[in-house]
Amino acid sequence: MRVLVVEDDAVLLNGLEVGLGMAGYTVEAVSTCADASAALDTSDFDAVVLDLMLPDGSGLDVLAALRGHASKVPVLLLTARDSVPDRIAGLDAGADDYLGKPFDLDEVAARLRALVRRVGGHAAATLQWRDIVLDPASMGVTRGGKSVRLSRREFSILRALIDRPGQILSKPQLEERLYGWQEEIESNTIEVHIHNLRAKLGPGIVETVRGVGYRMAEAGA
Amino acid sequence: MRSIRARLFAILLVTTGIVWVSAIVWIYLSTKAEVERVLDARLTEAARMVSSLITSQEIAVRKADGPAAAAVAVPHVSYDRQLSCQIWGFDGTLVGRSESAPGQPLTNAKSGFSETTVDGETWRVYAITNPELGIRVLVGDNLRVRDRLVADVIRGLAFPALLILPVLAGLIWLSVGRGLGPMNAMASALAARPASDLSALPDHDSPSEIRPVIRALNGLFARVGAVRERERDFTAFAAHELRTPIAGLKTQAQIALGSEDEAIRNNALRQITVGVDRTARLVRQLTDLTHAESGEFDDSIGHVDVGAAIQSLADDIGQHHRDTASVSISPELARLKLDTNPSLFMVGTRNLLENAILHSPFDKLVVCDVRHEPEGVSITIDDCGPGIPEDELPKVCNRFFRGRNPTQTGSGLGLAIAELACERMGATLHLENRSEGGLRAELRFAAVIGARQARSD
Repeated sequence: MRVLVVEDDAVLLNGLEVGLGMAGYTVEAVSTCADASAALDTSDFDAVVLDLMLPDGSGLDVLAALRGHASKVPVLLLTARDSVPDRIAGLDAGADDYLGKPFDLDEVAARLRALVRRVGGHAAATLQWRDIVLDPASMGVTRGGKSVRLSRREFSILRALIDRPGQILSKPQLEERLYGWQEEIESNTIEVHIHNLRAKLGPGIVETVRGVGYRMAEAGA
Repeated sequence: MRSIRARLFAILLVTTGIVWVSAIVWIYLSTKAEVERVLDARLTEAARMVSSLITSQEIAVRKADGPAAAAVAVPHVSYDRQLSCQIWGFDGTLVGRSESAPGQPLTNAKSGFSETTVDGETWRVYAITNPELGIRVLVGDNLRVRDRLVADVIRGLAFPALLILPVLAGLIWLSVGRGLGPMNAMASALAARPASDLSALPDHDSPSEIRPVIRALNGLFARVGAVRERERDFTAFAAHELRTPIAGLKTQAQIALGSEDEAIRNNALRQITVGVDRTARLVRQLTDLTHAESGEFDDSIGHVDVGAAIQSLADDIGQHHRDTASVSISPELARLKLDTNPSLFMVGTRNLLENAILHSPFDKLVVCDVRHEPEGVSITIDDCGPGIPEDELPKVCNRFFRGRNPTQTGSGLGLAIAELACERMGATLHLENRSEGGLRAELRFAAVIGARQARSD
């Protein structure tokens, strides 16, 4: 789950970066409109957290440009201006949700989950694949009713695969979901995480498509 | 006297009274003069008539036998028989007299007018001498009768006036009250309006005397309204501006509470410290701005020892922000004395100096110097920071403007405060990027202040 956070206050930006990271998101943090537009142009995000008052312009301009490119990425506006007219202006400009400052970190995380869920076409709060159930809110995974402990990155990989069952995700695609720009990626990390997933969930769950990537195993495999 | 009605009433009553009294005095004097003139003419005429009658032998002159009847002493009640006539021989014998005339001579004067008192009565007498017959004709008026005549005229005027006076007083009282009606109406309209209502009072159908008051009030309403609106905008803006750092603090606190990881917790606590510093500075600047704007600094001129002032500010900033650039003050600036408002000078300079220090790398110097020019004196503060992008220069003094190179604790208020403080001191603030890099902030004090005040000793 890659989230772009656009906020000009350094302390709050750091808080969102760390806090959302703890909630299982991979966070890209930028503090200006220009950086936000550049990030949105060059890579895909599952959601955007956008502040309205930025040093070089309004977040609404970034939002308008984003919707102008027909992007459907869910956008959560975070702003100090949360009067009703401000909310209406934000939602009409194409935002999916609106949160006034100061907010609760858990609420930001929960709203982001809900936004991503809706875009993915899921109504339920949990994802299910055969007897594996994923709860993005608690980052908990059960198989056949029994809880399985996964690391944050293992969880992210499993979630990405279950989100699109049958679709093959390449190694770079998975890496992009797992790491921010600044993070160093070791060459065999994805393999290590897949190995651990198989060890914890049992065989026949994650299938390797040789030379292409990974997907959830075909039925009856 | 507190009440305008009572005041007007008294003024009108007293002036009316004075007019009446003066009129009565004037009428008294002119009536008296006129009566005297007419009666004197009559005396002359009567004396001449008697004299001529004697001359033409129409009246026989004979020696009087003695004093006439006692009618003399009886005062006349009415105006009849007011004239008395005596005819005296040159030898001092009373030749004849009228019924009301006293026995003694009315006057000792040989001829013409005179006044004498006989038996307690004052007489106005005209004497005429007839040398052919050897007699003197005296015709006199009793002055008491004359005075009564004038007094009756005056009484006839004053009596109705006294009767009318209470009626007039009542009418004045009522009309003053009526005349003050629009003022009472305005007062009740003002008393009835709520504190939030600053709309203008209607002045088109008000009397011309009240209109200036209404206009002045409406002007005041407009000014108070503008001030209030500015304060409301400012409060709203400040509240918004405080929400962001508070959101940051809350988020970091939640991270510190929720994380098991020591490193994450420590980082969150460090971030909280930074956030609290920034919020504290923002609050201080908001207070400074409100003070500088609302004029709570008195406009008194004081003696500012510029070098010592900047040094104390630098020390104070150094205590709040550790490991920052140091400040160098040129010897010439250290000697500079300025006569300006000390509080405004400190507030303005503090924000400029703080900006310079926080934008400079910690191992560089912030250089403060002074330049004496014909137009005045300029205090310069040079930093080694990133400067301000040229396109942002016109906007940096706007409130809450934070450019592309903000500091961690920047609120976007510092330059707005510095500019406001300069304006209130009568100085101007200039910002420019230095060719060698960094920003120069320049406080220019005009020559009128400069020539007198800015010379170093």
